[in-house]
Amino acid sequence: MSTAVTENENQDVQQESSSEAIPTYDVTLKVRRYDPEFSEDAHWDEWQLTMYGTDRVLDALHKVKWELDGSLSFRRSCAHGVCGSDAMRINGRNRLACKTLLKDLDLDKPIMVEPIKGLPCEKDLIVDMEPFFQSYREIMPFLVNDDHEPTYERYQSQEDRERFDDTTKCILCAACTSSCPIFWTDGQYFGPAAIVNAHRFIFDSRDQAGDMRLEILNDKEGVWRCRTTFNCTEACPRGIQVTKAIAEVKKAVFASAL
Amino acid sequence: MSTPLKTKIQVPRSRDLEVNGVKYNRSGASRSNFEMLAWLFMRLSGIVLVVLVFGHLFVNLMVGEGVHAIDFGFVGGKWANPFWQVWDLVMLWLAMLHGTNGVRTIIDDYAERNVTRFWLKVLLFLASGFVILLGTLVIFTFDPCPAGADPELLASFCHTV
Repeated sequence: MSTAVTENENQDVQQESSSEAIPTYDVTLKVRRYDPEFSEDAHWDEWQLTMYGTDRVLDALHKVKWELDGSLSFRRSCAHGVCGSDAMRINGRNRLACKTLLKDLDLDKPIMVEPIKGLPCEKDLIVDMEPFFQSYREIMPFLVNDDHEPTYERYQSQEDRERFDDTTKCILCAACTSSCPIFWTDGQYFGPAAIVNAHRFIFDSRDQAGDMRLEILNDKEGVWRCRTTFNCTEACPRGIQVTKAIAEVKKAVFASAL
Repeated sequence: MSTPLKTKIQVPRSRDLEVNGVKYNRSGASRSNFEMLAWLFMRLSGIVLVVLVFGHLFVNLMVGEGVHAIDFGFVGGKWANPFWQVWDLVMLWLAMLHGTNGVRTIIDDYAERNVTRFWLKVLLFLASGFVILLGTLVIFTFDPCPAGADPELLASFCHTV
């Protein structure tokens, strides 16, 4: 939609054509509701909404929360795919609500929105992320380097930086970990997100604690529980090749153990 | 498993191991290479098994008279040869260990309670141990014409020897 039009006549034409250009359609939104203050059981709520072609699932949730039912609870901060707060199960797939356009979904059927699986539900679409962050903390997601602190930055060649570039993109939204069937069982598996963030430091030439991280991930619940189902790669909103990263960590664990 | 629902709000629980069936910390870390070796074993034994199993099927079903040749005498004849004794023994052990480890990971992945997991594994290890031992015993001690047995019960070719 162009807004850089100065003449009034043109503006009218522009507005008319742009309002035609954006189609509206009726969508049915079904959300898995859970509120422990009222009921211990979860149930589905359904709303009929008129949405625009440029709208995302998050806009539909906003419309419900702001205009229809203020008790609907979900997390979102930036609403533009950077903060990783609004991962949820949309039509059975883990997606960020702010990056899923309504026009890409099958609107003949209701849009089913559920909280991500495998983490305890607090209310509606909000889950307790603590088990997820616990495994993230366990892989020591910070630079470890005992050398003398350099005067300026720690230099790194472009090739060395490229080695772990893919895994620096993680926004910790938990879409991958909560799409993993192994994580669903008992939540003891480290999960793809923790391994991706370990990968980011294991293959960083400036870091010196790679062996410690490999030892942590050589655990019973570590990389060897990965069954390469590729759910994580499919779920990642940042397009990280998660399963590939896990396989690289497996190879590194193997090489360091021999 | 569906998302576990929390019925009441908990106090900060960074040290708690388990709250309402949700484990917040990983159970004690095991510092051993067992899982890695098991993972490696699955890949290597898989490759060897492809050769062994298809070799076995080819020799039994396609060579010579093919499937019609299989009877008590055919198996007895094969096990008179040390080459087939070793072939079948390796195939038995690799297949059983490969399968047992596969089922072990399935139990780990699907059993949600530790008690269920423990007893399913006990059952699995007993069953596969029994099959491995019995199979090994048969391969090494098999004698188609045991001396001093009732002639009525012996196979027909035993009389001609």
